[in-house]
Amino acid sequence: MSPLAAILVRDMRIAVRVGGGALMGVLFFVVVATLVPFALGPDLALLQRIGPAILWLAALLASLLALDRLFAADHEDGSLDIILTGRAPLELVVLVKGVAHWLTTGVPLVVAAPLIGLMLNLQGPAAAALVLTLVVGTPALTFIGLIGAALSVTLRRGGLLLAVLVLPLTIPVLIFGVAAANAAVTGPVAFGTPFTVLCALTLAGLVVGPFAAAAALRQEME
Amino acid sequence: MRLSAIDLACRRGGRSVFEGVNFSVSAGESLTVSGRNGAGKSSLLRMVGGLLRLAGGRIVLEGGDPELTIGEQAHYLGHQDALKPSLSVGENLRFWSAFLGAASAGIGESLAAVGLDTLADLPAAYLSAGQRRRLSLARLLTVKRPIWLLDEPASSLDAAAQQRLSELMRAHLAGGGLILAATHGAIGLDGARELRLDQPAIALPEEAEAL
Repeated sequence: MSPLAAILVRDMRIAVRVGGGALMGVLFFVVVATLVPFALGPDLALLQRIGPAILWLAALLASLLALDRLFAADHEDGSLDIILTGRAPLELVVLVKGVAHWLTTGVPLVVAAPLIGLMLNLQGPAAAALVLTLVVGTPALTFIGLIGAALSVTLRRGGLLLAVLVLPLTIPVLIFGVAAANAAVTGPVAFGTPFTVLCALTLAGLVVGPFAAAAALRQEME
Repeated sequence: MRLSAIDLACRRGGRSVFEGVNFSVSAGESLTVSGRNGAGKSSLLRMVGGLLRLAGGRIVLEGGDPELTIGEQAHYLGHQDALKPSLSVGENLRFWSAFLGAASAGIGESLAAVGLDTLADLPAAYLSAGQRRRLSLARLLTVKRPIWLLDEPASSLDAAAQQRLSELMRAHLAGGGLILAATHGAIGLDGARELRLDQPAIALPEEAEAL
């Protein structure tokens, strides 16, 4: 097994075992999205109008949940030191850890979204569009979040700082993710325009996130 | 192979920890780094491993692989054991050997060498401190690297395990490796040279030292 495959398998194993973040994220997502119809009442038109925004907000918060342990756990138990003496470039290790995080928290959200969407009166093409925006957009949340996770690695209560650092950076993803999903529900903008921007944000995050996070980790090691 | 440090200096949190440290270790030799708490033993090892920036001086490795950094040719055994409690003993070791680039063939032998072969399927969360240390040591056996940087390697090991550790270190030296070990006590290496870091960690005024 190559070094990077080893990291991917290890992180996914840890995430799905006891104390891992995989189940936590999707449960949080389901609970938050379920509370909304109870709070607003059974106004189907209103739910349909705000449904994509609610699901996107819930997805954003859920993917932050497991992020703060992403590097902090490796830093606390000394694994990060050994990773730095490995021959795999730190940028790629960070990228692979991001991929593992997305596979264990992002993908379950995408799978749960159409079911939760039913409660918010999102059906058929609307639900499909929402799922599509989440598939494309949640990696951007992970990769932007990597930067915050790396910056807060040495802090004991890093989770709060992480949220403060990362949430403002995710605003563009939120805007275009919700805009694309809404475009499919209500119009009048074409679905393609905001969706393309969302794709671009994910690709930019994919490039910038690992490099920035690796640089932050190297700095923290001092 | 020869590892030398020239005029090494270390600063932590704006304070000078040590300055002007020189040493040289050749293949087959070991150097123990001693000194009181805060003298910079761990920092010295981390500097050699490339985990801490040098405040001055340089570290040179002659006869190593020029494509790799010193850290990439070294094993760093720090205070923490780098184990994941939710993974089993075998999974922990298999991960590190795969990550550090070894075939997974030697896993069983390495576990046997540190006396953990019967616990391979146990989650690492259930290991005692000494067992965790031994599992951490097994990593050094599965992946062959010439330089061993050991920070208090014998901590929490019982007498038999310490004996076993010195046998493993002697075998590593006999195979042409070199060892840098930070330690308070003897670690059972005959002929190990000693580097004392005795500069005070914080320069105290003279009257304060007299108290």
